[in-house]
Amino acid sequence: MKNNKKPIVEVRNLTIGYDRTTVMEELNFCVHTGEIFVILGGSGCGKSTLLKHLIGLYEPFRGDIKIFGESIVRSDEDEKRELMRQFGVTYQGGALFGSLTLEENVSLPLEEYTTLSKDEIKQRAYDKLALVDLQGYEQYMPSEISGGMKKRAGLARAMALDPKLLFFDEPSAGLDPITSAELDRLILRLRKDLGTTIVIVTHELDSIFTVADRVIMLDKRTKSIIAEGEPHYLKKNSENEWVRDFLNRSNLKQV
Amino acid sequence: MSIFSEENVFNDFIEKIGKAAQKICKDMRDLTLLVGDITRTSWYVIKHPSKLRWRDVGYYMDLCGSQALPIVIMICFLMGLILAFQAAVQARKFGGEIFVADAVGFSILKELGPLMVAMIATGRAGSAFAAEIGTMKVNEEISALETMGFSPTRFLVIPKLVAMLIAMPVLTVFGDVSGLFGGFIVGITMLGLPGMAYYTRTIAVLHPSTMALGLIKSIVFGILIAIVGCLRGFQSESDAQGVGRSTTSSVVTSIFMIVIADSVLTMLYTFLGY
Ligand SMILES: Nc1ncnc2c1ncn2[C@@H]1O[C@H](COP(=O)(O)OP(=O)(O)OP(=O)(O)O)[C@@H](O)[C@H]1O
Ligand SMILES: [Mg+2]
Repeated sequence: MKNNKKPIVEVRNLTIGYDRTTVMEELNFCVHTGEIFVILGGSGCGKSTLLKHLIGLYEPFRGDIKIFGESIVRSDEDEKRELMRQFGVTYQGGALFGSLTLEENVSLPLEEYTTLSKDEIKQRAYDKLALVDLQGYEQYMPSEISGGMKKRAGLARAMALDPKLLFFDEPSAGLDPITSAELDRLILRLRKDLGTTIVIVTHELDSIFTVADRVIMLDKRTKSIIAEGEPHYLKKNSENEWVRDFLNRSNLKQV
Repeated sequence: MSIFSEENVFNDFIEKIGKAAQKICKDMRDLTLLVGDITRTSWYVIKHPSKLRWRDVGYYMDLCGSQALPIVIMICFLMGLILAFQAAVQARKFGGEIFVADAVGFSILKELGPLMVAMIATGRAGSAFAAEIGTMKVNEEISALETMGFSPTRFLVIPKLVAMLIAMPVLTVFGDVSGLFGGFIVGITMLGLPGMAYYTRTIAVLHPSTMALGLIKSIVFGILIAIVGCLRGFQSESDAQGVGRSTTSSVVTSIFMIVIADSVLTMLYTFLGY
């Protein structure tokens, strides 16, 4: 994609996988600043795997990933940590720390990385939780709230430091349509108000058409990207029939 | 050719040895990495004490220390009792009843006190550590920690280690005292020794350094339990059964390592003339 905007995530010749199996080969793509970028693909094709590599949890077999212009692959422990705290990640199950209340979960990055006073941190945590519609639940433990609420609390935590870049793994899976539509609105608002760049892995076709500026579609058989572009455009004009089918939701059942 | 042909059995055998060797190598590698990281992080925490999660230290001290106290006192008391009973049977043959005090005193302080406390701590704390970290792994909490730029070692391992370093010697002191008391009970009841005589004998033969030797052991055991528990937790596979297996494995490995460490320390003490 030719684009004169600055890339915030840059993936070059990336080959990823686990121990013996290769999941994706020779991937090349960029996420531009201020964009809402969606990673699509059939179940088990390697979307989550790609995301885990992007955020530096796994080492790729080959290739490079640059975030904010710095390689997350070739950085040492400390540089990597420094890089990691500049972006937010929300996990499919929320990944909240079970021994801390929601407020403490959200406060944690603030306590560690800012010099704000206790009151300011508390205020900020409450604000973030209110943003995801969890006011009143600040003192609940993660085990006392529902799956969808955990996911939203995880989002509040990821946003605590107002990162310039957010990664989402399946943000709307397991949410009811209303909540998931609200989440889409929140995502759009984040981008509008804070200029956050957002990378999403999702199955939710409705939300793709609402929020996505650009999607890439991964394919399990060829282990590569089979389509890249604006979703409405791809839906009608992709030369690949499977991509059109997928986006028209005609022959693929999604989990 | 039947699948039970000699060749197959032989191949299986070789394969099993290979797999076991591979596993040992992996454990060694993981252990080395973890210990390296702990060392690095400890240094950082010593320089910035406010970066230690003191609240977690408190929690684990409660879990591994105060909550374990009743069972430690109970078990060590019974150990003292049993030990004195066995010693008494032998000692009475030679009319050397009073030497039961020596036997109980030395065994409890140098061996059984620290060892029993370590066994209890393995079952309580070591398994809890492995289960906790394993569960966090299943819930992607470890990944979340990492991508938030936090060191899992600083957040999860160091507080447990510090808590164990403090709790183990304290528990051992309580264990020692209750063990000695167990011996005392046998001494004055079964052997009919005057309480004062047994007490004086105990005081006379034991030296504060004897207890110190035991406390050093208990500190070493504490470090082992914390490290093995955390290691097994981090190695845990990401499912419920994986967590179960790693918990079991943490207990088995800890006990094994404790016994090895105990032998080495005992030999070392003997060699150094204590
Ligand atoms: N920890 C792992 N170890 C080995 N292989 C794995 C592991 N996790 C996933 N895989 C394999 O990698 C492939 C891609 O898995 P991944 O979880 O990335 O799929 P996905 O696109 O996220 O699917 P879904 O949409 O169902 O979440 C699968 O074939 C899977 O078997
Ligand atoms: Mg997935």
